[in-house]
Amino acid sequence: MELPLLHLALVGTPNSGKTSLFNALTGSRQKVANYPGVTVERKEGFFVTPLGRQVSVVDLPGTYSLRGRSPDEEITRDFVLGKASGETVPDLVLCVADATNLRLTIRLLLELKRTGRPMILVLNMFDIANRRGISVDVERLAKELGVPVVTSIAVRKGGTADLLALTDEISAKLATEPAENNWRALSVAELRATQREADRIISDCVSLPSRPDTWTARIDAIVLHPVGGLIVLALILFVMFQAVFAWAQPLMELLQSGFDALGDVVHATLPEGLVQSFLQNGVISGVGSVIVFLPQIIIIFLFILLLEDFGYMARAAFLMDRIMGGAGLHGRAFIPLLSSFACAIPGIMATRVIDNKRDRLTTILIAPLMTCSARIPVYTLIISAFIPAKDVWGFINLQGLVMFGLYAAGITSALVVSFLIKFFMLRDYAPAPFMLELPDYKMPRLKSIAIGVYTRAKMFLHRAGTTIFSMMVLIWFLASFPQPPAGATEPAIDFSLAAIIGKALEPLLAPVGFNWQIAVALIPGMAAREVAVAALGTVYAIEGGKEAAEQIGQVLATKWSLATALSMLAWYIFAPQCASTLAVIRRETGSWGWMAATFAYMLVLAYAASLVTYNVAVALGAG
Amino acid sequence: MTDTHDTRREMPLGLAQRGYTGVIQHLSAKDASSALSDIELESRLIELGFVEGARVEVLHEGLVGRDPIAVRVDNITIAVRRREAMAIIVA
Repeated sequence: MELPLLHLALVGTPNSGKTSLFNALTGSRQKVANYPGVTVERKEGFFVTPLGRQVSVVDLPGTYSLRGRSPDEEITRDFVLGKASGETVPDLVLCVADATNLRLTIRLLLELKRTGRPMILVLNMFDIANRRGISVDVERLAKELGVPVVTSIAVRKGGTADLLALTDEISAKLATEPAENNWRALSVAELRATQREADRIISDCVSLPSRPDTWTARIDAIVLHPVGGLIVLALILFVMFQAVFAWAQPLMELLQSGFDALGDVVHATLPEGLVQSFLQNGVISGVGSVIVFLPQIIIIFLFILLLEDFGYMARAAFLMDRIMGGAGLHGRAFIPLLSSFACAIPGIMATRVIDNKRDRLTTILIAPLMTCSARIPVYTLIISAFIPAKDVWGFINLQGLVMFGLYAAGITSALVVSFLIKFFMLRDYAPAPFMLELPDYKMPRLKSIAIGVYTRAKMFLHRAGTTIFSMMVLIWFLASFPQPPAGATEPAIDFSLAAIIGKALEPLLAPVGFNWQIAVALIPGMAAREVAVAALGTVYAIEGGKEAAEQIGQVLATKWSLATALSMLAWYIFAPQCASTLAVIRRETGSWGWMAATFAYMLVLAYAASLVTYNVAVALGAG
Repeated sequence: MTDTHDTRREMPLGLAQRGYTGVIQHLSAKDASSALSDIELESRLIELGFVEGARVEVLHEGLVGRDPIAVRVDNITIAVRRREAMAIIVA
């Protein structure tokens, strides 16, 4: 008879190497989803033990205790206690400890023991501990704790063999009767007593390092230096931007031409008509225009995961905490906002590292104001068409200056909005404490990084295949129906629903200097900002779309006034022109309300900015 | 504990300069104007290893207002704002 699936749960403090152990156990057989009703990432993986037992393992969010002070930690507590809705009670809990740093985990384990769940203590990173001269009396530790203890080196091949063998051994004799759960929230006195007990056990079983990690101290002397540290951070950011914008470019162009070629094949093989138009313009160019961002997403996550694995992320938060605090942001908001320069979607997803709900919400709300890469095609087009490429003050290129100004306007407005949110909406709110472990530096392991990047890329593609696909179908429909009457000479789009909507919107947009063609282009621009460029091309009945960007530029220069162009730039700094970002905000906040709030505030800002820009420009004679 | 520690005056860790070393005497959450309740702050500090008798050393300071600080607590490093570190009484 086949044994039922064995359910394991990984519990541990942050930085205990839980995730690398999870990756080592399951490889790429992972499923990432959300726990129902909350935005906590649920990571489950599968593997088979040496004796052939099928195992499911869940990587629970890192926690220092079972008190559950954030949604993540509540999940961990409820899961272990078997109270999480729709979840199986774990048959066996693996408590993962960084062998070089046992204090906090042993205390957590003593607390976990009270739940009565069968448990194994996994001393991970045992190789590093040995190298540092830490020796652990594993047998004695197991006896003192009353829990089996096993060592592992997650990042080495075969480093989890002992753990797998022990899992087989224990699962063979698991009691069917659930043990009694004696857990309740610890009082401060009990917490202190537990830490004392943990310290006693450690001093009995572990000989502490004769030499501390001098590498970490040496690196930190530079990296955490008040001034030097900020310079290092700026250098890292520079390389990261360079990578995202320059290194990704060839790959993106390759993908783009691949999709164009595919579209051409469809165009050539299918007869002229609706099916051809749907496949070429709706599916291939629509979904393709989003998938071209895959290289950027991969590169940005590669950097983030590398820096995180290395142990640098906590340091970046440390350096930026007070600087961002001036605008009412938490130090940990730094990385998500940084990622938003590539794309707000990974940025908003990365806000999960912020444990305070309100700090996280503020960060999510302002992330779309960071100038994402999808705005670049729009900015480039308008700037090259309207801003003369002359030097100002002898050495600064005016076009470059305008581009820089657009970035600066995004950042400044994000900081101002954050400040206003704290000031008006979350007024009763005092700053959340910044308390963070700065882990010792570790060499990032390629396999673990590769699995992490792969999982993120898969999620992105899945989204492109579902949400964005359906959005594209809708937009194609609006732009294609109703069909023009026979013999019509105007572009087909003139007769479509999109044009009807565009013309209906025109009176609203006239005060900011937009004509109906712009209004129409803004609609497909909702699916992805840069699509507006192609849409303007279509609307002005130019052949070639994106490839002919320079040509569109020439046409725009004759059809638009400078005031309209500037107004359009101002609009794009703020406008909530990205349905995918809004969808991610809805998912991550679990609320349509916050999505609507983001949409509304950005729309108001965009309108106001365009209104002011247009009227000032007209008054100065640029109308 | 050495003699120098016995004769040193108690002070909150939140006022300590870079390079300061000492031993935690007790926690006093009500002395810190943290956003957290006293019990919550004390619990979190204990969970990060700030317990009586632990050796602490202030390793690094931030640029603005010398805040936050990176503190070595026995053999781990914790970043904490001075506001919360006021609750940790050292000598």
